[in-house]
Amino acid sequence: MANRALYLKFLSAVLLFGAWEVAGRIPVSFAFPTFLESMGALFRMIGDGTMATAYAETLRPLVVGVAISAFLGIAIGLWVGLSSFFEWLFSPIFIVMQAAPLAALIPLLVLAYGIGLTSKVLVVCIMAMPVIVLNTAGAVRNTPESMKEMGKAFLATDLAIILKIVIPAASPVIFAGLRLGISAGFIGAILAELKITPTGVGDIITYSRSIADYPSMYAAIFSIILLAVLFLNLLEKIETVLFKGNQRGYVSD
Amino acid sequence: MAMSQIDPVVIDNAESAVSTRNISKNYGDVEALRDLSLEFPRGQLTSLLGPSGCGKTTLLKIIAGLLEPTSGEVEVNGKTVTGPGPDRAFVFQDFALLPWASVIRNVAFGLEMRGMGKSEREDIAAKYIKEVGLGGFEHSYPHELSGGMRQRVGLARALSVDAEVLLMDEPFSAVDEQTRRKFQEDLLALVQNENKTFIFVTHSIEEAVYVSDQIALLLPRPSRVHEIIRPSNFRSKGVDNIRRDPEYLDIVDEIWASLRTYVE
Amino acid sequence: MTLFGYRLPGMSSLILWGLLWEFVGQSGMTFFVPPLSEVLSTLFEVVQTAAFQKALYETTYAFLAGVFFAIAIGIPVGILMGKNRLLDELLLPWVNVFLSAPLTALVPVLMVLFGFGMKAIIITTTLFGIWIIILNSRAGVKQINRSLVEMAHSFGASPLDAFFKIYFWAALPEILGGVRIGIIRAVKGVIIGQLLISIVGFGALFELYSANFLMAHFWAVLIVLFALAFTISEFLAYLERRVSYYAAKR
Repeated sequence: MANRALYLKFLSAVLLFGAWEVAGRIPVSFAFPTFLESMGALFRMIGDGTMATAYAETLRPLVVGVAISAFLGIAIGLWVGLSSFFEWLFSPIFIVMQAAPLAALIPLLVLAYGIGLTSKVLVVCIMAMPVIVLNTAGAVRNTPESMKEMGKAFLATDLAIILKIVIPAASPVIFAGLRLGISAGFIGAILAELKITPTGVGDIITYSRSIADYPSMYAAIFSIILLAVLFLNLLEKIETVLFKGNQRGYVSD
Repeated sequence: MAMSQIDPVVIDNAESAVSTRNISKNYGDVEALRDLSLEFPRGQLTSLLGPSGCGKTTLLKIIAGLLEPTSGEVEVNGKTVTGPGPDRAFVFQDFALLPWASVIRNVAFGLEMRGMGKSEREDIAAKYIKEVGLGGFEHSYPHELSGGMRQRVGLARALSVDAEVLLMDEPFSAVDEQTRRKFQEDLLALVQNENKTFIFVTHSIEEAVYVSDQIALLLPRPSRVHEIIRPSNFRSKGVDNIRRDPEYLDIVDEIWASLRTYVE
Repeated sequence: MTLFGYRLPGMSSLILWGLLWEFVGQSGMTFFVPPLSEVLSTLFEVVQTAAFQKALYETTYAFLAGVFFAIAIGIPVGILMGKNRLLDELLLPWVNVFLSAPLTALVPVLMVLFGFGMKAIIITTTLFGIWIIILNSRAGVKQINRSLVEMAHSFGASPLDAFFKIYFWAALPEILGGVRIGIIRAVKGVIIGQLLISIVGFGALFELYSANFLMAHFWAVLIVLFALAFTISEFLAYLERRVSYYAAKR
């Protein structure tokens, strides 16, 4: 039965890429290369090192931005989750940020911080941080009441309750929030490269579009989506291994 | 009732380990408990029995120091309770185990909070894990255990801190009927062997009569002690004979007669 | 949060943040943050301008069209996936891929395929919203209680009756949850699409304002946008609560 799932996954990949190939051969549009052409361009760019340089450039704001968002986001989230004053003060901001199209802030960030790394890092941060803060705060607030009571009944200090009960209980949801934050961070990093200045993968996309080298453009897009999906799947696998026994039941987006 | 002594005043020659004096508890306008006084004899098991919403768990948590009464006070060994203390240990209805910690770490949690070193507390925890019949599961995780085994972990955790008073909040309500019967028999042995005072909340009439030395029958809205029942005869006849003892059956019927009008 | 025994309403801290904004603006600390009062008075001017109304109209049009396609395609596909195992196994991997993929990267493709206009923006909006709608509709159908299905059989319901009287309602809370999240994502999608294809709607308006350094105008439009997005999300959450009252009782 495990084989059936594997075969079907393979079949579904063949179907989708096959449809891409056929549509490219008809062709549906002058700007729609075939699957094989695009893969050819992908391997050519991997081979001549174009991809490696591009990703070194693209991943820098992503990594810096995600690191800042994770650190600040979890700290603020813990604070908001533990204190009703900070919840009152901060949570409206992050709730609005979560619902709002923050991408609209980009032109303003460019005006204020120029077109360099700072702006791009900030774009990643505003995309990634709200979900990290809200997940952390929600998880901390939702620590099962009976577990906290248990801590009190067995004479745990307030600090011990936070360190030994609240944070471990919240960590699966905090981790899930990090994963969602990184997913949003990818969106931000690419948006920054397409909107602010074309660098890295964004540069390959923009440049090859301008010279109508569509296979390279599709290859670059394919590679970044593949990278993001593989990385997020890896995180999800780590999550299941790490928090195997913990109760789940919190979902947030 | 000739065979059971029905007497709200203190009974026997046993002194009280725990007493509650004129406890009232309000949640806003809702009166959960009103002027409730009870004595809990040392070394015996007292059940708090009543229909749902009668405040029995509230009373237990006030004794534990997890809730504060609106008025009145609780004394344990003559000392007024101001919060949780080392003289009381709690067994939770939903077990309240830490899902990320192994059985032995869960059992040792109370000792860890008292600042005991790792090897010492794990030795004690291992001893109690064996005592509740979970030897070999020390390094399992809660999600690998059945409901009954999880509650044994909760029980071992409460025993390992060696408190004089054990507070049990419907400890068997989340386990199946057969496991529950085994638990009840084990509990009787525990009361006999450990020199501890047990306070036991339940909504099962049969369970209360089976395990208790003293039953406090609470009636709701607001909660008050309706009756104190002390089964006297069948305890010495052995666990196998209790359920067909006439006194046991009479007490069960009598309690149901008092409660039936309060059950929706 | 309580103050002197009074419960402060949930969003009231925004007033405090607004005051802080006004203070920072008045102090002239930075050119990019004009005082809130100035922004608000500009807001009333801006909403009356033809350029704003055109942008709002174009955005609303693209948003509604995008959401319409996301729902009209997403729900049936999700239900079919929930009912048909083969289809489910073929499509699910791709739905999961697109759910977490950075879809921004696809916008340039849409631009070359469908032109720098409305069509590309509508498709971007649909792409942002549709995957979670599919996934939730599928989950809704999959979680239907077996005994409800058996109950329908035992009372002799026809397949059509069973579908419209039982399956649809049983799956409705999940479907609505998916639609809510999908719509919130679509709001982000329509703005991202307009930013990258910056000749339509608010994308064009932002270009105009930032080229002329009209900070108060910029913030005014941002406030309108954020307030609209927040209102939409709260309204949908309210609707979901109204309809899903039975979700927990199944």
